[in-house]
Amino acid sequence: MAAVTQAPAPPAPAAPRQKPPRKRGRLTPYWLLLPGILWLVVFFALPMIYQASTSVQTGSLEEGYKVTWHFVTYWDALSEYWPQFVRSVLYAASATILCLLLGYPLAYLLAFRAGRWRNLLLVLVIAPFFTSFLIRTLAWKTILADGGPLVGALNALHVLDVTSWLGWTSGDRVLATPLAVVCGLTYNFLPFMILPLYTSLERIDPRLHEAAGDLYAKPVTTFRKVTFPLSMPGVVSGTLLTFIPAAGDYVNADLLGSTDTRMVGNVIQTQFLRILDYPTAAALSFILMAAILAMVTVYIRRSGTEDLV
Amino acid sequence: MKTTNDNGGDVRLTQISKSYGGFTAVHPLDLTVPQGSFFALLGASGCGKTTTLRMIAGLEEPSHGTVHLGDQDVTHLPPYKRPVNTVFQSYALFPHLDIFENVAFGLRRRGIKSVRKQVEEMLDLVQLGEQARKKPHQLSGGQQQRVAVARALINHPKVLLLDEPLGALDLKLRRQMQLELKRIQTEVGITFIHVTHDQEEAMTMADTVAVMNAGRVEQLGSPADLYENPKTTFVANFLGTSNLIEAEVDTSSGDEIVLKAGGGKLSLPRARCSAPATTGGKMLVGVRPEKISLTHADDAGEIPESRNRITGRITDSSFIGVSTQYVIDSPACPEFEVYAQNIDRDARLAPGAEVVLHWNPAHTFGLDAAQDIDAGVETVAEEAA
Repeated sequence: MAAVTQAPAPPAPAAPRQKPPRKRGRLTPYWLLLPGILWLVVFFALPMIYQASTSVQTGSLEEGYKVTWHFVTYWDALSEYWPQFVRSVLYAASATILCLLLGYPLAYLLAFRAGRWRNLLLVLVIAPFFTSFLIRTLAWKTILADGGPLVGALNALHVLDVTSWLGWTSGDRVLATPLAVVCGLTYNFLPFMILPLYTSLERIDPRLHEAAGDLYAKPVTTFRKVTFPLSMPGVVSGTLLTFIPAAGDYVNADLLGSTDTRMVGNVIQTQFLRILDYPTAAALSFILMAAILAMVTVYIRRSGTEDLV
Repeated sequence: MKTTNDNGGDVRLTQISKSYGGFTAVHPLDLTVPQGSFFALLGASGCGKTTTLRMIAGLEEPSHGTVHLGDQDVTHLPPYKRPVNTVFQSYALFPHLDIFENVAFGLRRRGIKSVRKQVEEMLDLVQLGEQARKKPHQLSGGQQQRVAVARALINHPKVLLLDEPLGALDLKLRRQMQLELKRIQTEVGITFIHVTHDQEEAMTMADTVAVMNAGRVEQLGSPADLYENPKTTFVANFLGTSNLIEAEVDTSSGDEIVLKAGGGKLSLPRARCSAPATTGGKMLVGVRPEKISLTHADDAGEIPESRNRITGRITDSSFIGVSTQYVIDSPACPEFEVYAQNIDRDARLAPGAEVVLHWNPAHTFGLDAAQDIDAGVETVAEEAA
């Protein structure tokens, strides 16, 4: 009987005790968010504001810069450097397509066929990151060097005749041509394509392949109607992770290209570090950002990935 | 006997087997599933039933043996060339396609252009006409299950394979879907091969059940036949509950075998004995719990002479509504189970009471004593867990 009479008692003292932790609990998420918010403010929001104000300043290094709302800088920058913008988009798009063509089969192999080799192969995909980006890009200089074995072989096979005719290479040179820059971009950003592709392919239930086969789909049809559509989230994130950094990259164009292959990244770098024309450099950065944002928005809308879980 | 032209939809497995490395999932197996039947492969997980099904579907290549659909040898045909469709355990609906396109998938792959009418009819059959434009993840488990059935049936396969299709559903829905599937099967008349570990499900739905254990078919027959005449201890214990008693053959004459067990004598019809009966030899005698009547020891005199009887004491009783389940300790068997219908309850039948268990000898069955008496018992407990 004692247990029965005691049972209703606990709720009474529990009610006032419940209040204080609830108040503290309500603020906890914000405290947890604080480091992240601070990081964003200091390293993203403030630089953006600073850069935005720089882009509308006029003046010179000696006299100092002042905000004069000189929006004409944007127009001047665009009209002077539009070829570099177009080139950036073309090179980045070519590299992205090449990455997709090379990366998809590799990711497919990793996800479905690698078996016990899977982990080793995944490490190999990431292995290049253990060496500096610069060193790896410089290595391509050696690989594509004039008179080197690769260029010699391509020349002997008359491949260079075709690529020169297309304007990708010039004469018997590969280095300092668009092809070299695109090769460098493709190589450097390939892992960023493979990993998201692998993640989304690996998530596909193998029973879906069996079900497609069971429903009269040949292997090719299964790929076209089931595997590829289901890997779309990976294709979209892979292409974004490749295209966005490639469009702003300047190292590959700098090391593997020539003055004819300058990308907008190279222009911004020169404006900032050599010519010291900060307003133009800032304006170029904003134009690049806006252009990429616009292209990415259209791309995501059109690929309709929000439909895929 | 059917002629060769008649068995167009029979599934014939001839000496089919499957090994993975050193492990044999399916031992050489001969099986014929007649056209239009509802056939169940019943067994605990890992008994080889799913592997057998996958070999019929073409998703698994048999190590030996052949698979025939009617007169066609399909052993080496890839799944997409077999006139067979599967309802997968997890349904495997295409998440990026809506219900309509999921159901239309097979038709479209075979180049059929105007699918609308067929798909709508099929969705009506499974009562999902309203859901055609939803994505699979927007449907409940039972609805997804019906989509999976519709997606397979629309192709009018010669055989529909069902791999534990009701496993993910809750009990009530499962009962409902069992009747639904049975209705659909009767309506379309296609051969269904159903893999399940749920003995009740197999017995409710199938015309013929093959009980599998460790890669072999233990026994094949109609649900009633398997239940009433189990040929092995595994079948006796796996399908429902059996009380198995170790007994010794006393006399064997004509249609009747008399056995000694726990100090008493039991009679067994020869027709229900699947073991050799030599005088003095061991045998396992079985009887189902619901066949037994309980009488308090004080009234033992009222029991007719012709009935098999065993004495014991009630150790446990549990009331479950329609019946009461008793556990009785007797010299013949320490845990004898009896299910008594709650018609006229005798208040004296409580734990501790001395009782006489008696039943019609015709309900007794005899099994070979060389088997494990508990085969199939643990497996049932594991599946329930």
